[in-house]
Amino acid sequence: MDHLDRLEAKSIHIMREAYSCFKNLCMLWSIGKDSTVLLCLARKAFYGHVPFPLVHIDTRYKIPSMVEYRDKLALEWNLDMIYGENTLALQEKRTFPDGNCTRLECCKNLKTEALINTLSGEWTRYRLDHKLKKYVPDPNTEPFTGVIVGVRADEEGSRSKERYFSPRDTHSDWDISDQPPEFWGQFKTDFAPGTHLRIHPLLDWTELDIWEYIKRERVPIVPLYFDQGNNTRYRSLGCYPCTKPVASSAKNIDDIIEELKTGKFANIAERSGRDQDKEDGGGLEELRKGGYM
Amino acid sequence: MTENSNEHMNIVIVGHVDHGKSTVIGRLLADTGSLPEGKLEQIKELCRRTSKPFEYAFLLDALKDERSQGITIDTARSFFKTDKRKYIIIDAPGHIEFLKNMITGASRADAALLVIDAAEGVKENSRRHGYMLSMLGIKQVCVLVNKMDNVSYSEKAYSKIVSEYDDFLKQIGIAAEGFIPVSAMQGDNIAKISINMPWYKGDTVLTMLDKFRATKPLDSLPFRMPVQDVYKFTADNDDRRIIAGTVESGIFKQGDEVVFYPSGKKTHVKKIEPMSEQEEVGKASAGYATGFTMTEQIYVRRGELCVKADELPPLMGKHMKVSLFWLGKNPMVKDKKYYLKTGTMKAECYLEEILSVMDASTLVKTEKQYIDRHDVADCIISTSRLCAFDNVAALASTGRFVIVDDYEISGGGIFTDTVENLHRYERAKVMLREGKWEHGYVTVEERSDKHDQNPALIILTGAQDTNKKLFAKALERTLFDEGRNVYYLGIGSVIYGLSADINPPGEKESRSGENIRRLAEVANILTDTGLILIVTASDLTKYDIETINLVTKNDNMLVIWLGEECTTDIECDMVLRADEDALEIIRKRVEQITAR
Repeated sequence: MDHLDRLEAKSIHIMREAYSCFKNLCMLWSIGKDSTVLLCLARKAFYGHVPFPLVHIDTRYKIPSMVEYRDKLALEWNLDMIYGENTLALQEKRTFPDGNCTRLECCKNLKTEALINTLSGEWTRYRLDHKLKKYVPDPNTEPFTGVIVGVRADEEGSRSKERYFSPRDTHSDWDISDQPPEFWGQFKTDFAPGTHLRIHPLLDWTELDIWEYIKRERVPIVPLYFDQGNNTRYRSLGCYPCTKPVASSAKNIDDIIEELKTGKFANIAERSGRDQDKEDGGGLEELRKGGYM
Repeated sequence: MTENSNEHMNIVIVGHVDHGKSTVIGRLLADTGSLPEGKLEQIKELCRRTSKPFEYAFLLDALKDERSQGITIDTARSFFKTDKRKYIIIDAPGHIEFLKNMITGASRADAALLVIDAAEGVKENSRRHGYMLSMLGIKQVCVLVNKMDNVSYSEKAYSKIVSEYDDFLKQIGIAAEGFIPVSAMQGDNIAKISINMPWYKGDTVLTMLDKFRATKPLDSLPFRMPVQDVYKFTADNDDRRIIAGTVESGIFKQGDEVVFYPSGKKTHVKKIEPMSEQEEVGKASAGYATGFTMTEQIYVRRGELCVKADELPPLMGKHMKVSLFWLGKNPMVKDKKYYLKTGTMKAECYLEEILSVMDASTLVKTEKQYIDRHDVADCIISTSRLCAFDNVAALASTGRFVIVDDYEISGGGIFTDTVENLHRYERAKVMLREGKWEHGYVTVEERSDKHDQNPALIILTGAQDTNKKLFAKALERTLFDEGRNVYYLGIGSVIYGLSADINPPGEKESRSGENIRRLAEVANILTDTGLILIVTASDLTKYDIETINLVTKNDNMLVIWLGEECTTDIECDMVLRADEDALEIIRKRVEQITAR
């Protein structure tokens, strides 16, 4: 059993626990490499099926090919696809690109608020109709009580302290100082009404593990991660106004793995292209306490 | 799948608050060149702005909460590598308030570094953490005597701590892999050997880490797989019924005969299902998440423990002797309902009896009737239904459990009982009953003479929906028409009558255990009156028959499985298809065993 086998088995075990313990379960799919690996792990865990809906928070500032790629895979793999958004903030232009708020405020409006209200069912969920091949408002407004998320402990400080099963209270708040114990493969699967749990099957994976797994399992990845000829590529995907490509000529998975192992990224944080992380010493942690992924 | 030279190991750092765990990690990261570019500068800059002296610990305290309190409150993971392998270092908090976080971190580790401040010496949590490591089953521990610069690198100060702490470890059954005098702040003996302590000839922390042995897969132990779920996804015309779970120990393959406990149901592994098209799997071993289809379609569900029929069976019981540690805000008390989770099973449970309570930091036992937060205790836990588990000494991974109190995991423990618990409470009840039983003046012999038959108990079992009841009625009619004194009783008549108080409508859970005991008590009375009694119940197991045997004094018993093949672990006298021939075979057999 090698390192990737071990990581895979643990992630599948966690996902299966979530599936058996939560009636209203969903999985966040950001179209990025991590949550796409998560999606492939789900297809393995459940033998070709994904027995819960996938939720994408659309900020309308996502790089357009991400959304195309999302819908292509959703149709091909028969995925129960849902997206949610902060329609009002977009209408009122309360966004950073519109010049009306800071990057962090924009993240809060378009991501955190949209996420919380999509999960709770307060705001409209748009569900992919596989016959019509388009999204229609979902009549089901029941809150999701279990949310599978692809965060990794090595991404940044606050994520390194996450649990595999991490409770969020009725306001989606995360109490870092009072987290449940987790040992011997037993997780917190009991929860009070109104609260929900975030489930993190990829917590032990590193960026390199993700790429090595993508290679081994032939995980289909959005091409934005590769240099398309102008010596830049995205290392981490987000909204285009706040995510800069990095200078790199890695054109395929092997190039990326090589770059991470020995090259210039071996010692540079993955999210260094994400400007919102830099605004405040603990900015991302503050966002995460309030419900950010 | 081949073993990768790309080896990984999880190490936890534990010890008393402020003894320098985070500094050890910070130094390890810095000295192995494992810090992201600019991280060190970023933290130094932050210290300059906030007018604090730079400390390596700040590298880890990425959270605002922590920086302001100056202590680690939760386990954080850091990554570094040596030539030998990659390490994940888990920083566990040393403050007593955060013991549950320490346990969370330590339970993920293959080995532990335990840090003791050379000046402060062995403190409460130095010992408590040591105890928790042993409870969690972590065998490899190295002790770092830190802040040697504060005691002028004195060998005497070091030796005193080594001798005191080694004594403690021996008491709790841990043999330390080694002791190392270090100063994480100054970098002594962390990545390179210190020139300040020429009297020390041993390993540096880094060379010690590389000496730790990787946790071996548990392939050579008996096979155990807690059933996580049974999948039947119908999309795209998928008609597989897949038993899914993670193999805790051992190995299994296609064609193996497996038994599920506590239901005792048996089947064969038809096929280990591949998870993707590329894969071809004939077997699965410890650590793998897997799933298989069955040859015989029996009804099993989440919570059962799947084992191989020809290997060591698990223990079963409703009253378990355990050692546990308590983390809950409220003490663990008697007469309160908790939940016990072991493997994938979850059952209502109660604290039945406290044998002893101990302070893990002093090993002093106290007499009290509740278990406080951070106490460890030996006690007896009772569950509402039968549990399948292992003795922790035989199989650690299935010998552990957690207790859930009010939605929260509030304690953890290990099963320490052996055979004694099996039917212990049934046995106690029967002994009391026998003592209290009022015998009339008419003897069993006299009754047998009068009816011209010896009493007997005929148990008809088998899978559900196999016409057991019709067959039993036909058998009753046949024997009655021959002039025998015979009576038929189905378990349903007991469940909805005598056991109505414990079987709320709609709850299937309680079928086993108490219902079987009550059926056996009725059988005991009826056979005592001289009757030949025929009972029917589905899917009876070896455990059920043991219960019936224990409760009924009558040993004139015939156990018959009706159906093609027996699908539980029951040991029966006959396996017969429920037809006319079977009726005749049983009639003859009954004639033999009841003849005067």
